[in-house]
Amino acid sequence: MVEFWWSYAWPTLWIVIQILFIVVPLLIVVAYLTYAERKVIGFMQLRMGPNVVGPFGLLQPFADALKLMTKELIIPTGANRVVFLIAPMLTFVLAMIGWAVIPVADGWVLSDINVGILYLFAISSLGVYGIIMAGWASNSKYPFLGALRSAAQMVSYEVSIGFVIITVLLAVGSLNLSDIVLAQQDVWFFIPLFPMFIVFVISALAETNRAPFDLPEAEAELVTGYNVEYSAMAFALFFLGEYANMVMMSGMTVILFLGGWLPPLDIAILNWVPGIVWFALKVSAMLFVFLWVRATLPRYRYDQLMRLGWKVFLPASLLWVVVTAGAIVVFDWYPGIVN
Amino acid sequence: MVIQALAFYLFAALAVASGVMVISARNPVHSVLFLILAFFNAAGLFVLIGAEFLAMILVVVYVGAVAVLFLFVVMMLDINFAELREGFLQYLPIGALIGLILAAELILIFGTWIVAPDVGQALTAPILPPDQVTNTHALGRIIYTDYIYLFQASGLILLIAMIGAIVLTLRHRPGVRRQKIADQVSRRPEDVIEVRDVTTGSGV
Repeated sequence: MVEFWWSYAWPTLWIVIQILFIVVPLLIVVAYLTYAERKVIGFMQLRMGPNVVGPFGLLQPFADALKLMTKELIIPTGANRVVFLIAPMLTFVLAMIGWAVIPVADGWVLSDINVGILYLFAISSLGVYGIIMAGWASNSKYPFLGALRSAAQMVSYEVSIGFVIITVLLAVGSLNLSDIVLAQQDVWFFIPLFPMFIVFVISALAETNRAPFDLPEAEAELVTGYNVEYSAMAFALFFLGEYANMVMMSGMTVILFLGGWLPPLDIAILNWVPGIVWFALKVSAMLFVFLWVRATLPRYRYDQLMRLGWKVFLPASLLWVVVTAGAIVVFDWYPGIVN
Repeated sequence: MVIQALAFYLFAALAVASGVMVISARNPVHSVLFLILAFFNAAGLFVLIGAEFLAMILVVVYVGAVAVLFLFVVMMLDINFAELREGFLQYLPIGALIGLILAAELILIFGTWIVAPDVGQALTAPILPPDQVTNTHALGRIIYTDYIYLFQASGLILLIAMIGAIVLTLRHRPGVRRQKIADQVSRRPEDVIEVRDVTTGSGV
């Protein structure tokens, strides 16, 4: 019995505890990201944003959550019930499981796998299924149009994200996320790989279906697209999934280009600050960029969006992969890990 | 080991079950969704044997890209699957034959491993034990160093196939107005806008 406890039950319990330590703060971050979005956009448009529920409106996310939980879940008669209900769950789960491999501080990672960045790439490329399944299962024209747009858009921008990741991998020599962060001790990658940083941030906006690339939900033409037919918690799961994806893409940007948990300068006073604080600050800065862009730019036209993805970003990132690889060979800058 | 065995049987059973559902589901979209589930379980099996790189590539390429296109096509096309299934018995013998050949090949390969376990050592490019080299490095060395010419040749074949597909489907239609981005970007206000002072009541 004792042996069973130490060899099976305790490790399982320990993993569950670790998962809770990741997911609970993540959900709080997501809740307050919705609040931050309304506040930031409010201030940018000379409004106050939510300020009634609680001090400075801080309890607004909880009020919204309660409202959504108590509402009725409506399933349209023509809908494909099972797929209709799986879609929001899938979106939400996929937005959560990416965090299993993200190192938030030195050694603070649930699963330090060798192919961490590929895992993240795989998870983010699955996000399209939640949307496409929702659009199809709703059995209604606007959701379906939104889903088709989204599928084409996400597949297009994934290609350039893949090339950006390859460039970073060339500079690191490992697929492990902790190794990627540690390789940036001298210089964060956004300096030597600046064009790729720009491509990645813009592709991240497109991948998460955020403004100015929010065509799948373009409320003016598609009345919010794929999630028209959803109500109550099913809608809330889509909403949470979208925001959790934003946090995940920001985390990915921070790890690939902004030095993860490393302080900006390697001096004692900055090194005393715990790594997770730096990580959180950088992720918040990236999230602010997401909100800032939404408040600033108008929506792209669909053909321009496709043109940008296939005719601008794809050749540019491909060229940069070749340039980086060439530079590494010519100047003999092979990254440390060779076996 | 118990947990590994349990995970193996879980993934294997789910993979087989979803494989059966792919061909027996009435709704084509459900078929594709079950296909995706089968891919996932195959990825799980890859992880169990320590081939984490292949597992991730399977998810990225097949689930993330190929299956999306499948789903896209199946949703867009109005395929009558009941009609397609009419010839089921007619094609059954050929299908069964192909299945049998594949099964025989697998038995030959794995049978050799059991009958003569040393055969793995006789490979031209022996695989290093996983504790010495990560499987990303091992694959990279085999594909890009040992077999680079074959790899490039297969790349060329794919490129030619792609060019062929484009040539076959591309047709130039006359009279199509295209957007010229460069012209639009290089347009200046002074070329296209004229500001005039108009006196009241006289018009331009």
